[in-house]
Amino acid sequence: MRHDRRKFFGNAAVGAVAVTAGPALTSCAETGHYEPGKGGTRWAMVVDLRKCAEHEDCRACTDACHKKHNVPDFGDNILHEIKWIWKEHKFDHVFPSYLNHPLPARVGKKPVLVLCNHCDNPPCVRVCPTKATWRREDGIVMMDWHRCIGCRYCVVACPYGSRSFNWVNPRPHVKEITNGFPTRMKGVVEKCTLCEERILHNRLPACVEACPHGALVFGNLEDPNSEVAKIVATEFTIRRKPDLGTEPEVYYVV
Amino acid sequence: MFEKVFQGSPRYFAWVGALLVMMALAGIFYLQQLQTGLGITGLGRDVTWGFYIAQLTFLVGVAASAVMVVLPYYLHNYKAFGKMTVLGEFLAVSACTMCLLFVVVDIGSPQRALNLFFHPTPNSILFWDAVVINGYLMINALVTRVSLVAERKGEAPPKWIKPVIYLSIPWAVSIHTVTAFLYAGLGARPFWLTAILAPRFLASAFASGPSFLILLLFALKKFGNYDVGKEPILKLAQIVTYGMLINVFFVAMEMFTAFYSGNHHHTIPFQYLFVGIDEHNALVPWMWTSTVMAIVALVLLLNPKTRNDFKILPWACVLVFAAIWIDKGMGMVVTGFIPNPVGHITEYMPTLPELMISLGIYAFGFLMITVFYKIYLGVRETTH
Amino acid sequence: MHDAGKIILGLAVFVGVSAFPIWYNVAFGKGAYTVELEPPPNGAKQCVAETANGYMRAEHMHILDEWRNIVVREGKRPKVTVAGKDYDYSLSKTCMDCHSNKEKFCDSCHTPAGVAPMCWDCHVAPEGK
Repeated sequence: MRHDRRKFFGNAAVGAVAVTAGPALTSCAETGHYEPGKGGTRWAMVVDLRKCAEHEDCRACTDACHKKHNVPDFGDNILHEIKWIWKEHKFDHVFPSYLNHPLPARVGKKPVLVLCNHCDNPPCVRVCPTKATWRREDGIVMMDWHRCIGCRYCVVACPYGSRSFNWVNPRPHVKEITNGFPTRMKGVVEKCTLCEERILHNRLPACVEACPHGALVFGNLEDPNSEVAKIVATEFTIRRKPDLGTEPEVYYVV
Repeated sequence: MFEKVFQGSPRYFAWVGALLVMMALAGIFYLQQLQTGLGITGLGRDVTWGFYIAQLTFLVGVAASAVMVVLPYYLHNYKAFGKMTVLGEFLAVSACTMCLLFVVVDIGSPQRALNLFFHPTPNSILFWDAVVINGYLMINALVTRVSLVAERKGEAPPKWIKPVIYLSIPWAVSIHTVTAFLYAGLGARPFWLTAILAPRFLASAFASGPSFLILLLFALKKFGNYDVGKEPILKLAQIVTYGMLINVFFVAMEMFTAFYSGNHHHTIPFQYLFVGIDEHNALVPWMWTSTVMAIVALVLLLNPKTRNDFKILPWACVLVFAAIWIDKGMGMVVTGFIPNPVGHITEYMPTLPELMISLGIYAFGFLMITVFYKIYLGVRETTH
Repeated sequence: MHDAGKIILGLAVFVGVSAFPIWYNVAFGKGAYTVELEPPPNGAKQCVAETANGYMRAEHMHILDEWRNIVVREGKRPKVTVAGKDYDYSLSKTCMDCHSNKEKFCDSCHTPAGVAPMCWDCHVAPEGK
C-alpha cells in the first residue's frame, strides 16, 4: 500500500510537469521595440504647453476622457485614484532634467498635461508576464483587460506613472456610465489606450476633440504632411525622461 | 514516513495547533481581500508593491541559502554537513512555497494566475521568476524525497539524483539573481537600477538563510533531540559572518556612489530611509534599528569567542535575520517607489489584513518545516 | 487492510459530502430545471449564428472569445451581417442589443446552471433591463 501511494504521487507530479512544460517553452514575445522611418503608422500626440498653460483650471480633456471611458472617481482617496490623463503641477517634476533649473514663470509655474506616452520602446510591455499589454504596429500601447492578472509589474516599470490599478470594484465610483465602452473590474491595471476604438473610425481621441484651446494635436508621425509631423519638424519639442531610452511619442511644445 | 507527523508531544500539537489557527485567521482575511480587492491593503497608486512582495524578496534569499549547505558537502566533500543537507533543502522547499504564496496573494486577479503559463512571455523577468522558483521548489522536493526514501531503506541514494543535486547549486544562485533582476532592470526606479543589487541580494541571502538554519538546528536540538554536532554550526556561523560582512560592504558601496556623486536619484532614497524627507519619515526608525542590529551582530560574529559561544550565537543570528528582513524587505521594496515618477512622496504602511494574511503564510511555511523535520527525525530515529 | 473500518467510513463520508449536489437535487426533485429564454424584445428573429439544435447555447462563449481576440488583441473591428444589417463584434452593442434583458435571457440559464461568468463585471448591460 505504501509503495503504491508513493508511486501514485510521483506519477502525478511527472504528469503535471509534462502538461505545463510544453506551452512554457514555445512562446517568444514581441517586446515592442520600434525603429522610426519605417513608414506605415506611428500615432503621436503633441501637447502645446503654451496654449494649455494659459488655462490652468481647464480640465476639458480629463473630463472628456474619463467620462467616455468610464474611469471611476475616488474623490479624496488618492491611494486608489485612477487617472488616464491629468495635469501635474510642477514642470520640473514632469521634466526632471530641469529640476532646480531657473525657468520662466510661464513655464515653471504652470501645470503640465500628462498621459501615457505610448512609447516606442515601452518598459511596461517588456515586463508584462502575460502580454496583457503590448505595443501595436501603429504605436499604441494597448491593454487586454481579459488577460491582465493584476501583478502591477507594468505600474512599477512605467517611468511616467501613467498606469493605475483597480484596488477595488470601480463600478460604484463611476459617476455616469457611458454605454458603448466597458468599465474595468477590480484587480486589473488600466491606462490611456489612445482612443483606439475611435481612431479606427477616423475620429480624434476624446481629449484632443474636447480641448477648447487647440492645445492637443494628434496624428501619424510617419506621414510628413500630418500636423504632428510638421510641428515636431519645425518647433522645439521636448519629451519626458528621454534618457531612459523609452522613446515616448508625446511631444511637448514649450 | 508521513504517519510520524501525527505522533508527538503535547507541546508539538500545541505548536501545530497555533500555526493552524493563524492560517485559519489569514484565510478569513484573504477571503475579504478576494471579495473587496487589494484595496484592503495599504498599497496605492504610488507604492504599488509593499509588504507581500517584500516577503517574497526576502524569502527567496532564505530559500537560496540551502546551497550554502549543499555546495560544501557535494562539491567539496565537507562531511560535517552530512547530517544537514536535507534540512537545508527542506527549508528551501518551505521558503519557495511561501514565496509563491506571497505572489498569489499579491496579484489582483489570482483566478487568472495560470495565464503566466498559458501565455509565457520570455522577455518578462516575472515569468522567469515564476519558472525558477517553481523549479527550485521541485528540485528540492525531489532531492529530499529521494534522499529520505533511501535513508529509510538504509541504502545510498540512486546515482541519478547526483546531477539533480549539482543542478540545484547554480539554480539556487539563479533564483535570487532573477529576483534581483525584477528590480535591477527598471529605468523607472533609480534606487533599484544598480548592478550591485543582485550581488547584494546574494550576500544578504547567504547571511539570513544560514542564520535561520542555525536557529532551526538549535530548535531541533532542544525540541527534537537531534544534535548535528558543533562543527556544522560553527561553519555555518562563519558563512553567516562573511555573508553579512559582504552585504554591509555592498551597502556602503552604494552609499559612496550616491553621496560622493551627489546624484539626486541616488541620494534621495537614502535620505528618505535614514533621515526622512520633510514630514515623510515612516521608515527611519526601522532603518536605524536594522543598522544597529547589523552592527551588533557583526561585532558578535567577528569575534570568534562570541561567535562560537552557543549561548550568544543564536542572538547574533536573530539580529542578522531581523536586520536583513527590514533592509531587504520593506526598506528596499518601498523605497523604490519614493519619490513616485512625478516627484511626489506617498508613504506606505501595511494594514492589519495585510499583516494577518502574511502571518498566515509564514505559519504555513513553519508548518511545512515542522512536518518535514518531524518526518526527517522519524526516519533518522528508525534507522540509527 | 489495516484500519479497514476507519478507511471505509472515511470514504463513505467523503463520497457523501462531495456528491452532495447530485443526490440532494435528485432527492428533493430539484435535478431537472427548464430554461425559459426570453425572445428578443425588439422582435428580431435571426441571431449572429444559428440557434437551432442548441448551437448558440453551446458555442456562444467560443464566439465571444473569438470576437474578443479579434477586436482587442488584433485591433480589428469587422462586422457581422444579420438580416441585412451590420453589427459590431460586441457583447454589449450587438448581443445585448437584441437580448436586452440580462435577467430574463442570460441569467435565466446561467443561474440555474450555476455559472457566473464575469463578463458584466466590465461590460455594461443595457439600461432598463
